[in-house]
Amino acid sequence: MPDRPLVDWAWIGDHLDDIASRTVQHLAIAGMAVAAGFVLAFVLALAIRRWPRLDGPIVGVSGILYTIPSLALFAALVPVTGVSLLTAEIPLTIYTLLIYIRNIVAGFRAVPADTLEAADAMGFTSGRRLQEIELPLALPLIIAGVRLASVSTIGLVVVAALIGDNYGGLGFFIRDGINTFFPTKVYVGAVMSVALALVVDALLVGLERRATPWARARATRAVA
Amino acid sequence: MDLLFGALGWLADPAHWAGQDGIPTRLFEHVVISAASIVVAIAIALPIGLWIGHTGRFAFLAVNLANVGRAIPSYGAMAMIWPVSLAISPEYGLSLIPTFGAMTLLAIPPIMVNAFAGIREVDRDLVEAARGMGMRERQILGRIEVPLALPVAIGGIRTAAVQVVATTTLGAVLGLGGLGRYLIDGIARRDFERLWAGVILVAGLAILTEVAIALIQRRMTSRGLKLRGDRPIREAGLVPRGGGEIAA
Repeated sequence: MPDRPLVDWAWIGDHLDDIASRTVQHLAIAGMAVAAGFVLAFVLALAIRRWPRLDGPIVGVSGILYTIPSLALFAALVPVTGVSLLTAEIPLTIYTLLIYIRNIVAGFRAVPADTLEAADAMGFTSGRRLQEIELPLALPLIIAGVRLASVSTIGLVVVAALIGDNYGGLGFFIRDGINTFFPTKVYVGAVMSVALALVVDALLVGLERRATPWARARATRAVA
Repeated sequence: MDLLFGALGWLADPAHWAGQDGIPTRLFEHVVISAASIVVAIAIALPIGLWIGHTGRFAFLAVNLANVGRAIPSYGAMAMIWPVSLAISPEYGLSLIPTFGAMTLLAIPPIMVNAFAGIREVDRDLVEAARGMGMRERQILGRIEVPLALPVAIGGIRTAAVQVVATTTLGAVLGLGGLGRYLIDGIARRDFERLWAGVILVAGLAILTEVAIALIQRRMTSRGLKLRGDRPIREAGLVPRGGGEIAA
């Protein structure tokens, strides 16, 4: 092993296609979990908004699920759902729940009580108040939740490589690199997955700016 | 259900409680590696976090570095350390150094960010009052800021410790001991009872860590802070803003 250099650039040059397709796979696997988790968490957060007493149980259960180590959860599903996409997606989705629910609920709570009362006094129905007042005001925290969930999921996909070659995206290179004592592959997998997380995070920051123009306006006014 | 009972049966079998691959040995390995990483991470991250919080210097840099650190998956960090450490030490470089190193790196960001956030949240009027009373900077830090920041700072240690205990499992991928062995060997041998027993043990240890540190956290919270009784203190101001910390 030591006679080979740590990074074999020629190998990387020869395998650009492979790296690109693994990157796409990585994004797809993470994207599905980030989207499914969002839908699930949003419904649960709406339930908490409607019935605040559900807050404790829902956050508690998702907190306990969040504590289960990722390798353990992936492994635990292998006998149940086999080596399949589902075995990768179920844990990834579960891990997003706590992050999402916390942030969405915190977003709703951050809406000032005066604003809610004013909306009620103006005759807003509950649904319209949610859509036109609460959601826009909660948006920065909700998007912060999407950012955290995306970064963490992109990192976790790497672990899914341990259950099967087709479900780990760039993690495949890491696992294969370790098994074959070929560091270049390890570095390609690790560096690319970190880069992917940072790029997605930066894109979401851009989205947040565009989605909340009033926050920018306020910031400029404060400076002036 | 069969799997669950199978796993419980596996756990109850006295043969699995002895020897090199026995539960006590694996548990001990797991706890020692986790604890060593957390202790080293505390020794590095806590003073830095407190100092940054007190002086306000390098806060931007530190928080952003911590966020980048968080984006590095532990498995990736482990994998990246491994080729280098193997070249340095053939004996420990294959599994022990990468796991220990990655776990320490994993634990540093939450500990540092929470220590920093805890100090930042201390009412500035209190600090000014202390300064007006003639307290030295070190006294302000030691007698005012640290006690008030402690619940939040321990919240960071708790997040870190739970993550480390959970993630040390991955060391088994590189051939290290610890409870992860049951998962990796269980998959490799298609011995699903062993696998699920491992899952139960690892999840149990992680949850136990969470509960144990929560209790310490409650005991270390000064009575004055508990009396405020509004919302749980560890969450105060730690709602993630722009990718910040979730205190868990």
